[in-house]
Amino acid sequence: MSLVSLAGVVAGYGGAPILGGVDIAIDASDIGVIVGPNGAGKSTTLKAIFGLIRVTAGEIRFDGRDITNAAPDRLVPMGLGLVPQEKNVFTSMSVQENLEMGAFVRRDDFSDTLGFVYDIFPPLKAKRRQKAGELSGGQRQMVAMGRALMSRPRLLLLDEPSAGLSPRYVLEVFEQIVRINATGVGILMVEQNARQALGIASRGFVLASGRNRFTGTGRELLDDPEVARSFLGG
Amino acid sequence: MNEFVFFFNNVIVSGLVLGSVYALGAVGVTLVYGILRFAHFAHGDMMTMGAFFTLLIAWGLAALGLTAPIPLGIIALPVAIVVTAVVALGIDRAFYAPLRRHGAKPVTLLIASIGVTMMIQGLIRLAFGTGTYTFFADVPKRLYRLDVPIEGATRTINFTQPQVIMVAATIAAVLALHFFLTRSRLGKAMRAVSDNADLARVSGIDTRLVVRVTWIIAGGLACLAGTMLALDVTLKPDLAFNIVLPIFAAAIVGGIGQPYGAIAGGYLIGFAETLAVFNWNAVLRPFRDVLPDWLPTNLALVPTEYKLTVAFVILVITLLVRPSGIFKGQQS
Repeated sequence: MSLVSLAGVVAGYGGAPILGGVDIAIDASDIGVIVGPNGAGKSTTLKAIFGLIRVTAGEIRFDGRDITNAAPDRLVPMGLGLVPQEKNVFTSMSVQENLEMGAFVRRDDFSDTLGFVYDIFPPLKAKRRQKAGELSGGQRQMVAMGRALMSRPRLLLLDEPSAGLSPRYVLEVFEQIVRINATGVGILMVEQNARQALGIASRGFVLASGRNRFTGTGRELLDDPEVARSFLGG
Repeated sequence: MNEFVFFFNNVIVSGLVLGSVYALGAVGVTLVYGILRFAHFAHGDMMTMGAFFTLLIAWGLAALGLTAPIPLGIIALPVAIVVTAVVALGIDRAFYAPLRRHGAKPVTLLIASIGVTMMIQGLIRLAFGTGTYTFFADVPKRLYRLDVPIEGATRTINFTQPQVIMVAATIAAVLALHFFLTRSRLGKAMRAVSDNADLARVSGIDTRLVVRVTWIIAGGLACLAGTMLALDVTLKPDLAFNIVLPIFAAAIVGGIGQPYGAIAGGYLIGFAETLAVFNWNAVLRPFRDVLPDWLPTNLALVPTEYKLTVAFVILVITLLVRPSGIFKGQQS
C-alpha cells in the first residue's frame, strides 16, 4: 500500500480545473519528484493533497485513509507536512518559536524532535533566538523545513525547496532531503531544478497541462530521450 | 514650584490616566486587526458595554448589602470582564463569523462592525436611557494628596483612587499579555497567525481557536478599559464611542497589529493630548512681571474642545513620515 496516492485528481480554483486527472503514488521510502513546465499544476498538486484547493473529482489517500479535501489542521496530526515555496517562515518570530509552531499539534514533549532538527540544520541552533526574517534565504529554507519536521510527519511535501538558493545551498538542501528520507519520512517535492532533483528521486512524475505525461524512477526519466528533450532542456 | 506641581497634575497624571485607557483600547483593536485583518469599529462600544456590565454587577452587589472600602465597581470588575469576553465571543459568532465563512472582504467586516456599534449603543440606551451614571453614588471618590518635599511648594500632587487602580491594572494587564504572547503555546500561535495566517494554517494551528482567544482578550481588555474610564469620569452611553478615534490613531501610530506599539501609541497620544490642551500661562506665572501685556491669558496649544484633533494630527504625521507606525506594523 502506498503512503500517499492520488487517483484521477481534478482540482482548481473554481474556474477551469488546473489539474485534469493526476495520478501519483509513493511509498514511505520514496523521494518523489514532480517536474514539468510552468503552469503544469505541480504546486497545485501539493495544494490539492494538503486541502488548500478544492478537489472536485478523484481521490487522495494517505496511509489507506481517504483525505480528499481534508483541512490542514486534520492532516498535520495525521502525519502530513507541507513546506510552501514562499512566505514559509514566521518572519517576526524567532527560529525556535518557528519550530515550536511546527509542533503546535503535538501535546507531548517535542524536545527530541527539536534536537533532531538542530542536528540536521546546525546553523539554526546558533541562531535560534534570532528572528527568522533576519536570516539568509538558505537558512530560511532550513527553518521552513525544520518547522514542517517538528510535527514528526510521515510524508513531507516540499514546494520548490531550492527556489532562489545559491548552487552551494541547493546541493546542501538536497543532501538534507535525502537524509530526512533516510529517517523514514516519505518525500514528495516539486522542483524547477529538474535534473538535480530527479538525480535523488526514486519516483519521478512529469506533469504537463495538469496531467501526467511520464512516470518512472528518477533514473528512467533522466535517461528517456523524450523527457530530456521536452522537459529537461535537451 | 507650585507651577511645576500644577504641570505635573495636569499633564503627567492626566496623561498617564488617559494614555492607559487609550493603550488598553488600542491593544484590543490591534489584536483583532492582527488576527482577523479588519478594523473593529465596535471596540469603543464594547468598552462602554463592559463598563455597564460592571455597573450592573456592582448594583447587584450593593443590593446584596455588600459594602467595601473601595468602590464596588472594582470588586465587580473581574466578573464583568468574563461577561464581556463571553459577549464578545457571541458577537463574533453571530455577526462576524458568518461573514468570514463567506469569504467577506475586510471592508465588509468593518462595515458590519459599524452596524454592531450602532446596535450596542441602541441596546445600552434602551436599557439605561441617555443619562449619566456614577460608581460613586454611595462612597466618595477618594483623593490622595502628596506633599511635595521642596521649599516653596504649597500645592499638592493630586490623584484619585481609581486613577491609581487604573494605572496599576494597566501595568498588570500589559505584563500578563506580554507573558501570554511570548511564553504560552496559544499566545505564540496568536503571533503566528498574525504574522502569516496561511503558514499558521499549514502548520496545523487551529485558527478558529486563535480567533476565540483573540475575542476573549479583546473583550476582557475592553471591559477593563471602559470601566477604568467610567471610574475616572462618569458612565454614559457614549462613554467610549467618543474616544474610538484616538484609540484607532494609537493603534495605527504604534504600528497596526503590534501590541507593544499599541501601548506606546496609547501613551503617546494620551500625553500629546494633555500637553496640547495644557495652559502654559500657569507655568509662566512667576515671570508675569517681565512678560509683555499682550500675551493672551490662555496659552494652550489647542482649546480643550478640540482635543480630539491632536490624535489626528499625530496620525497624519505618522502616516506621512512612517506609514508602518513606530513598531513596524502590517501592511494591509
